[in-house]
Amino acid sequence: MQITALGDSALIVRLRDQFEDAPEETLNEVLRAFQQLRSAAIPCVIEVAPAYTSVAVFFDPIAVAKASATPGEGFDWLTKRVRDAVGRAADRGRAVKTSSRIVEIPVCYDSEFALDIDRVAEHAKVSTPEVVDLHSAAQYRVSCIGFTPGFPFLSGMPKRLATPRRDVPRKEILAGSVGIGGPQTGIYPLRSPGGWNLIGRTPLKLFDPTKDPPALLRAGDRVRFRAIKRAEFDSLKR
Amino acid sequence: MIVTRAGFLTSVQDLGRTGFRQFGVSLSGALDSFALRVANLLVDNNEGAAGLEITFGGLQLHFQDKRIVAWCGGEFDVRVGPTELPAGHVCRVSAGDQLKFGRPKLGSRCWLAIFGGIDVALVLGSRSTDLRGNFGGFEDRVLRDGDVVPLSARPGSSTAATAISSWTAPHDWVSPARRDPILRFVRGFDWFRFSDVTVQRFTDHEFTVSTDSDRMGVRLTGPELRRIDNADLVSEAVAPGTVQVPPNGQPILLLGDCQTIGGYPKIAHVITVDLGIAAQVRAGDHVRFSEVSLADAHALLLERERALERFRIGLSLRGS
Repeated sequence: MQITALGDSALIVRLRDQFEDAPEETLNEVLRAFQQLRSAAIPCVIEVAPAYTSVAVFFDPIAVAKASATPGEGFDWLTKRVRDAVGRAADRGRAVKTSSRIVEIPVCYDSEFALDIDRVAEHAKVSTPEVVDLHSAAQYRVSCIGFTPGFPFLSGMPKRLATPRRDVPRKEILAGSVGIGGPQTGIYPLRSPGGWNLIGRTPLKLFDPTKDPPALLRAGDRVRFRAIKRAEFDSLKR
Repeated sequence: MIVTRAGFLTSVQDLGRTGFRQFGVSLSGALDSFALRVANLLVDNNEGAAGLEITFGGLQLHFQDKRIVAWCGGEFDVRVGPTELPAGHVCRVSAGDQLKFGRPKLGSRCWLAIFGGIDVALVLGSRSTDLRGNFGGFEDRVLRDGDVVPLSARPGSSTAATAISSWTAPHDWVSPARRDPILRFVRGFDWFRFSDVTVQRFTDHEFTVSTDSDRMGVRLTGPELRRIDNADLVSEAVAPGTVQVPPNGQPILLLGDCQTIGGYPKIAHVITVDLGIAAQVRAGDHVRFSEVSLADAHALLLERERALERFRIGLSLRGS
């Protein structure tokens, strides 16, 4: 574990160097540290957020300076608190439960939504229906939320579906679009630009700022895609 | 309050949206939160009240009731009717008055605080407009001509406002825009991924602000910053102030609307006290970077906060 400053108002706790080597273990370790840091409720900490191999801790540097006994040593004071919280997590590692929710996401893979499915099929050297079968049969895990609000980066996609991003990103991708970017798959929660290969669309809302939590998915969730017909898409969308 | 002319880009912002980074929600908020806090204090608001962030001016407001206003930021020509309102000064406006923002002579943004604050609903704990996610603020968007923006109906403490009207805030606070500014930074985690010659370039040369800069980040052009290694980096948290270096070697200084995670190497982080200066740069400006220690970054911030505390006490004494 390594703790380094992210500017003067945040720090990053790095649990591992790599993610791809051992996604499950790495994610579990990150989520453990994330939960431990949240339950430690260290004073002056504003919020904590996990990423692939790390957890970021955002703090109020003024409050930290005032809380530490020695002037100018606030950062060290906070680092120690963070280290203690995560250190305890390592000891009691297995006792800390990480999220094991399974979320099913209906996806319509019709050509109207699957603008790049032929490109993915060609790259994988399989037929288009096989892309749908492969993509909807696998089980995924949310390794990180980012890029735009609520955007889940999913690991666990069958390797042969890995397809390089488009050379020229699209200026606008509609909300709910399911895409493949390299070895990852994900869902665009909001209308946004993006370079991933689009293979379908879900009628579900992945991000709703009027709800708390605002995102359908969170890091650690397990996800399955269920292929649906256009009629079901329309009825769910309503 | 009626928006007669919305100007180039005006949005409702407060001190930002925290607590939802784990869901990919950006900070948003006034790019110079300190300037908004000072402006709010001047009009006797809570420091975190929602105000307007005005980019490149052109805004014209028509008031429907009596209010007290103050603004901080770049060198804008601001007028209430024919009367000039300098940065950091308090002014009363009456029903029917027009408040006009001209184009900035220096800098690019300013923050307007209005007594009572802008009365839009809290979305995920903040009144800020998330311009990337299109939510929050006034109807989830930037202001447009003809909008009627609700102001809080908080009962007026006009006595306090009369008393503080002679107060002004220190020049540095209310006018942070600089010609060819120097931005102080602390080293980023990936500093070591750049050669000595490269990091020397980062601190010795000036960088030009590119036209495709926005609230997400300031794109800079200058000497190429090439990495020594080519290890694939795992995406991790970034924050306003982070200076990341994409493969083209041209750094990007992230601002309030930046995404929550990024995979480019982080060479540096502009310190919090200088983010207000960074929020003022515009296309064609030249910026330089100068290194400070983390302890110095914190000391500078603490010093400014103590000064603000004295200012706050001074205001409340005058008002009582």
